[in-house]
Amino acid sequence: MSDLLTRARQFIEALPHSRDLGMTVSSIEDGVAVITMPFDPRLVGDPETGVISGGAVSALMDTCCGAAVMSHPDNGGGTATLDLRIDYMRGATPGQAITTRAECYHVTRSVAFVRATAWDDDTDNPVASATGAFTVEGKR
Amino acid sequence: MKRPEPVQVVKQRRDAALHALVDHVPYIKYLGLTFDRRGDELTGVLPFDEKLIGNPMLPALHGGVTAAFLEVTAIITLSWSYLWEDIESGSLDFDPGGDVRLPRLPKTVDFSVDYLRSGLPRDAYARARINRAGRRYASVHVEGWQDNRDKLFAQATGHFVMPQRR
Repeated sequence: MSDLLTRARQFIEALPHSRDLGMTVSSIEDGVAVITMPFDPRLVGDPETGVISGGAVSALMDTCCGAAVMSHPDNGGGTATLDLRIDYMRGATPGQAITTRAECYHVTRSVAFVRATAWDDDTDNPVASATGAFTVEGKR
Repeated sequence: MKRPEPVQVVKQRRDAALHALVDHVPYIKYLGLTFDRRGDELTGVLPFDEKLIGNPMLPALHGGVTAAFLEVTAIITLSWSYLWEDIESGSLDFDPGGDVRLPRLPKTVDFSVDYLRSGLPRDAYARARINRAGRRYASVHVEGWQDNRDKLFAQATGHFVMPQRR
């Protein structure tokens, strides 16, 4: 990982909400980011099943999509979410970490388009998928 | 004609039901989210907290927090409206000591958030409107604002699978 990408990783892991959820960036380069969020009983949305709240999955998806945009060579700096849609395919298995891979697949002068998928330990069956549009900043 | 119930009895019953619905969800407690009730109308209230910040330079609420806030408001409002008749008829008893088995919460199928302006580092509010509630599926729209009710900072639409009656 280059210095720039190391800095991007540190920046994302230092965002107060991402840090509070224990997110770790395992890779971030060329518009692709992979981020993991450990299981945490504070994030349970259904107390009967122990399944993590969709809201916490949204936070992970949003962070990972933003990270992918920041690491894209055509984006000059920061970014903000314009629109994010998440499809929830199944509940994440209680006790397991959730990992998201986001790919910034197209960038114009003003908008970055991103898609992402999230898994728990069962990598053949995604937990959720997302598509989003993000702002492009710092480019003339 | 039947005498109307004393107002305190009505309020106590509705508030106990709301607490039963909200208090046992760890993620709602984690966010610090509470619900303000006026009759059957609920408003989600998210008090500002440092841990909810995404970009510390602006600073702004984390986009994921905004999404989570709107989604939880949608789920609780949907569940509340689904339980309302049973709460009013007294067929669900929410006495603090009573061990009531609540129906399961609706499950999110998809949730689409429209970010209109950045979330400021202060309290946020949200209200959901149920556009369609069928036996199996529901479609809900949620609006989130901060200082001005007319200046939304985010809005969202989601689809949910309804729980089956026990």
